[in-house]
Amino acid sequence: MSLISFKLEKRIPPPWWFRMLMPIMAVIISLAISSIFLLALRKNPFTAFYYLFYGGLGTKFAFLEMLVKATPLILTGIAVSIAFLAKYWNIGAEGQLYAGALLATWAGIQNFNLPPVFYVLLVIIAGFVGGGVWSFIPAYLKAKFKVDDVVTTLLMNYIMIYFVSAILTGPWRNPVSMWPESVNIAENARFMQLIPRSRVHIGFLIAVAIVFVVYFIVKKTKLGFEIRTTGANPKAANFLGINTLKSIIIASVLSGGVAGLAGVSEVAGVHYHLIHNLSPGYGYSGIVIAMLGGLNPFGVLFAALYFSVIITGAQMMSRSVGIPPYIADVIQGITLIVMLAMLLLFEYKISIRRGK
Amino acid sequence: MNNFFTSSFLVGLFASTIRMATPLILATLGEAFSERSGILNLGIEGIMIFGALAGFVTTYFTHSLWLGVFAATFSGFLFGLLMAFLVVTLGLNQHVSGLGITIFASGLAYYVYRAIIGSPTIPPTITAFDTLKIPGLWKIPFLGPILFDQYALTYVAVILVIVSGYIFFKTSFGLSLRSVGENPEAADAVGVDVYKMRYIALMVGGALMGMSGAFFTLAQFNMFIFDIVAGRGWVAIALVIFANWIPSRVFWGALLFGGVDALGLRLQGTAINIPFQYFLMMPYILTIIVLIFIARNASYPSALLKPYRRE
Repeated sequence: MSLISFKLEKRIPPPWWFRMLMPIMAVIISLAISSIFLLALRKNPFTAFYYLFYGGLGTKFAFLEMLVKATPLILTGIAVSIAFLAKYWNIGAEGQLYAGALLATWAGIQNFNLPPVFYVLLVIIAGFVGGGVWSFIPAYLKAKFKVDDVVTTLLMNYIMIYFVSAILTGPWRNPVSMWPESVNIAENARFMQLIPRSRVHIGFLIAVAIVFVVYFIVKKTKLGFEIRTTGANPKAANFLGINTLKSIIIASVLSGGVAGLAGVSEVAGVHYHLIHNLSPGYGYSGIVIAMLGGLNPFGVLFAALYFSVIITGAQMMSRSVGIPPYIADVIQGITLIVMLAMLLLFEYKISIRRGK
Repeated sequence: MNNFFTSSFLVGLFASTIRMATPLILATLGEAFSERSGILNLGIEGIMIFGALAGFVTTYFTHSLWLGVFAATFSGFLFGLLMAFLVVTLGLNQHVSGLGITIFASGLAYYVYRAIIGSPTIPPTITAFDTLKIPGLWKIPFLGPILFDQYALTYVAVILVIVSGYIFFKTSFGLSLRSVGENPEAADAVGVDVYKMRYIALMVGGALMGMSGAFFTLAQFNMFIFDIVAGRGWVAIALVIFANWIPSRVFWGALLFGGVDALGLRLQGTAINIPFQYFLMMPYILTIIVLIFIARNASYPSALLKPYRRE
């Protein structure tokens, strides 16, 4: 039925520079495809992209704001990549982010009598536990009852977001605020400012540290080997005596914990209280970032910085050129699909033939 | 609390159960088509959001509700075609492709809405579908107002349940469809074009998902609002497992979930002092609980998630 057919041949893994080149090509191709939607509004794509990157990188203010937004994106990207390495489809980073924010806020508003370093550490641990526990539930259900992980992790996002909303309009509501939000967390529980007179906080450094830690765990430890083998070839993993269910559960808890840290960083580093719209979809962006980063922690770091530029710059582009800021989501969706298609080039040699 | 389990309360509850079930029926049928052919379509949520937008915008400019339904259905058809190109022709990972389509389609829907409508303080509205009273039948006491005073799209959904069941199990097309989802190599060997069947399944499935989206903007509400679909697509992914990929069971499953939705909405208005968010999360919690009970015995199409490459 098809006029064009593709012939795929497995090929030997291409050199490392090709692997580095792939995401860059994916970014360029997806921007080219996205410009169709700019042209449809009779906007010049070059002008639009100029403002997009200028708005995300061009000024000191834009650059610092980009770092603020990159912080949760690095963390959700890392979170998703850990789970995806085990082929555990955790689409629940959004809910896990809120779960982490919830428990971190709880710890933060208790006003414990703790010095700053310890209180901040406590809030971070609380956030990791919150996200980890919320992520453990669907992994346990998968291991024990074979419940599909995609469905449960997705649905649990909605449950957690409604729960946060309920608790903010109810018991945790700050009585003096007009909005449904919690009271501020203790001074000592807040993340330090990293750069004076900007919103950049130590959460950014923590996120970068997590990149190194996760790289070490994934590439250099037995646990990382077990997680990667479980994802790449479950049969071989079983043969090697790896308990694949255990690997999946550990990967899910690590993944959810790191997603929870994204929530901590937004509460303790940016807002100082819990709000119901804490995340504009950082958890879902994490999926795109993890894929563009090739599930490699350092790749994820760069992918998160790139999308932070896009998300930050989209606001500026919207104001200057009159293009709806949702173009950032359009670009994310297209990039995800293009990157996925690029992976095909990585594994196969493709020859296109006409006719059958 | 006095009027709680009176006849008029129950009529209202059951009628609204069927209304709330309608988009779930359409979307789940769409997913059933895709999965029967061996493709998990996680683009469903985004396709529904875009369908909601396409239906609204078309009706807003043409003042024709049915043209809106058509536009939504057609947009879903096109997204189904895109999904088919990615996972059938290119054989890409179905999970990630579907999520990519959801992110792309939902982003595009908000982008188009903002570009065309802007961001006025009061969102524009259309005159939505009115219920269609079936002459004579709607006057039957109790049952009449429940079953025969519904939106036209609801009747369409019920008819499509029957038609889909017939196609799946009584036609040679349905046999081919199921065979490519169970064992594509064997289907290919007896001359079934696996690629073509999967393309058709994804396009028909996408069309149903798009139509489902239109129900939100053209019947249930009369405007397009942010997050209007609110995860109903993901509920449909669970429902299709619950229904064991059988259309008649899709109908009953959707009624169960529609019922929880409808009950929640009604209880919000009563004296029961529980925050409304807890009612909103009920369908999602129920979905997970149901999955725990049925997951082990679910008979997934054997070739689901496996790309087929002809040697």
